[in-house]
Amino acid sequence: MDDAPAPILHMRGICKEFPGVRALSDVDFRLLPGEVHALMGENGAGKSTLIKVLTGVHAVDGGEITLDGAPVSFSGPLAAQQAGISTVYQEVNLCPNLSVAENILIGREPRRFGRIHWKEVRRRAAAVLERLEIHVDVSAPLSSCSLAVQQMVAIARAVDVSARVLILDEPTSSLDAGEVAQLFRVMRRLKAEGIAILFVSHFLDQIYEIADRMTILRDGRLVGEYLTGELGQVELVGKMIGKELKDLESLENAPKDIAAAERSRPFAEARSLGRPGAVEPFTLTIHEGEVVGLAGLLGSGRTEVARLLFGADHATTGELSVGGAPVTLRTPRAATNHGIAFCSENRRAEGLIPDLTVRENIILALQAARGWARPIPRRTQDELVAKYIDALKIRPADPDRPVKNLSGGNQQKVLLARWLIVEPKLLILDEPTRGIDVGAKAEIQRLVVELSDGGMAVLFISAELEEVLRLSHKVGVLRDRRLVAELPNDDDLTTGVLMETIASGGRA
Amino acid sequence: MSSDVLTAGRSAALRDRQRYLPVLVTAGLLVAMFTVGGLRYEAFASGQIVLNVFIDNAFLLVLAVGMTFVILTGGIDLSVGAVVALSTMVTATLMTDHGWSPLAVVPLVLLIGSVLGLAMGCMIHYFEIQPFIVTLAGMFLARGLCYVIGTDSIPITEETYTAVAQTQISLPGEMHLSVSVVIALAVVLFAAYMLHYTRLGRNVYAIGGSEQSALLMGLPVARTKIAVYTISGFCSALGGVLFSLYTLSGYGLNALGMELDAIAAVVIGGTLLTGGSGYLLGTVLGVLVLGLIQTIISFEGTLSPWWTKIFIGLLLFVFILLQRLITARRS
Repeated sequence: MDDAPAPILHMRGICKEFPGVRALSDVDFRLLPGEVHALMGENGAGKSTLIKVLTGVHAVDGGEITLDGAPVSFSGPLAAQQAGISTVYQEVNLCPNLSVAENILIGREPRRFGRIHWKEVRRRAAAVLERLEIHVDVSAPLSSCSLAVQQMVAIARAVDVSARVLILDEPTSSLDAGEVAQLFRVMRRLKAEGIAILFVSHFLDQIYEIADRMTILRDGRLVGEYLTGELGQVELVGKMIGKELKDLESLENAPKDIAAAERSRPFAEARSLGRPGAVEPFTLTIHEGEVVGLAGLLGSGRTEVARLLFGADHATTGELSVGGAPVTLRTPRAATNHGIAFCSENRRAEGLIPDLTVRENIILALQAARGWARPIPRRTQDELVAKYIDALKIRPADPDRPVKNLSGGNQQKVLLARWLIVEPKLLILDEPTRGIDVGAKAEIQRLVVELSDGGMAVLFISAELEEVLRLSHKVGVLRDRRLVAELPNDDDLTTGVLMETIASGGRA
Repeated sequence: MSSDVLTAGRSAALRDRQRYLPVLVTAGLLVAMFTVGGLRYEAFASGQIVLNVFIDNAFLLVLAVGMTFVILTGGIDLSVGAVVALSTMVTATLMTDHGWSPLAVVPLVLLIGSVLGLAMGCMIHYFEIQPFIVTLAGMFLARGLCYVIGTDSIPITEETYTAVAQTQISLPGEMHLSVSVVIALAVVLFAAYMLHYTRLGRNVYAIGGSEQSALLMGLPVARTKIAVYTISGFCSALGGVLFSLYTLSGYGLNALGMELDAIAAVVIGGTLLTGGSGYLLGTVLGVLVLGLIQTIISFEGTLSPWWTKIFIGLLLFVFILLQRLITARRS
């Protein structure tokens, strides 16, 4: 490895302390020109902190950062950007109301005679996108583009600002397979041009597809730097979580009694339930103690199905019966009264209230169910919260900490705890494991299995087919806003079959 | 390949139509109102009627231009009506009671308005206070200052000033314009140029789209936001000067609620109150719609002027609903 070119970016002995927490201690990181370098670690391992220290969001407490051999220290993302370090976040930070071209060039628009030279703006934007082999109409408003294209536009902007170091923080979380492939094509091009890319993703397969090298962090410490080819997936996960993968494997082999689930009483039955523009009429039965998985690409109607079942959207056709009796769910509140709980995909916007504490967030749904006139006694609150913090291993185990200070995985657990506490009969989980680390993922998966063993019906929505397959008794496949197939999870069902069904629409 | 190009062209046309739809609706409304007026009343369908709408609303047009900048960033400026009143008061008292020359008074008034706007912009940006509250405070301040100057109406008799106010610029076809209209139209053209062809203008749109993103994209958010309120302050002061040209007096109760007329004109002109979307042309059309409603009601003769407010209210409801539908379809 000593014959490698000199690193463009070198961080040595980086330490960062927050009140009460040592976020980073003595971390080394180096980035070579023309490589894709994955930064790996569980949530809370220090990945985000390292990126924030690098881009000047946080000041360093100890250690040294050099860019091209010269020590640097940035006052903020802007200064970092000017020095050639650009960051593209999962949430696209662009202006949806402006055109694609403007988003790439705003602030640096070419001018002629003191006024913006619009023709040149479009020409230059098109040239930048052309370089990345992205074909979009540059005068279209950004809001008309897909999320993937928006992300590419963000990257195009970063590259055009003359980035030498590009940080991609979880860019693939919201993309489907085709879009990820497109992103990777762009990344490879940039790499060939000598740009160093720091890549963060929770999808191990993606890491192995794109990364040349990886640096693993655990608990704010450096575990090591490895060539991707020299470290197997199992070893990688072991190093990330610092323990063996027995937990995951035991789940893998858990036999599923499909017949038993089918024999138990149906809890929710949707007959030709549908809503124009959201999802075509579908028929689906969820039995007590059954885990029904929903698979499909992003935007295939998975979330829409969940929202109809939860009453967040109104069904215009078909009928729904819960516990044998037909019901019309006009509001989420009505659904809650029928014992249905919904953990939304978008935990920041629709689920948690970031400024409330862990305890307040957990108690919220139960309190709402009781009505505001009957407050839950503090002692009961404490007991319940302590029980779920313990059961779900929420870290840090401090009920009075604002939820916004928790890592993504732990936020997800808080949201889960909120709904578990009301003891629902049907739990709808929309992407509960997205963007969270392997350890927390395994815990949530085990929890789903335990809950269904206890008689709870679960609707499990996930983009990860392996996960759907591992947990579900049967899998509904969605494509183009239509439920195209309902497959029992017997020995014949594999991710391959699922993928084919998604691809063919169940017609093959 | 050729079919791809075709569909791309068609979708681009569709997109443009959607983008300009609010402005087109307002333009259509204006044409409809003018047609109805022309059919109902004799002597309505003449060019001078349109010009009179401009003459009677030149000050509102200038206010609405400043308001467009503010609303495009997603803000609001409630102080404009009070600043108009203050400007008329300062103009009248300095010229009538103290014998100042208009050449000194007008720049001073414009400076006062701009500085007030600048101060409000700084408070809004640096202390992260809601524009609603800051400009509400600015409104009370300006309105209160009027009464410090005087509680009665002060007539303006200064010769040059009255001469300018009474100047009629003749146009072919026996039509005429006032100096105020020329100034207002110059402001509109200059502002439209700024919004479309300068970085400041584009930054205004960017901030309205997403302030957070604008910040992360390295745009000068602070400078732009403060500039926007300064522009609005300047426009209010200029509107006040035009208003004093129109009434040839200064009075603390002038322009009561005119900030709301300006906001209404901007909204009817198709600018989204949430910011980031809208055109100055729409604002001009919005002002014309408001003016034409007044004209129609005065032609009707028997209707109380309060019907103006009722129609404006109804129109606002319709246009807000329209905005909602358009944004809903976009997302």
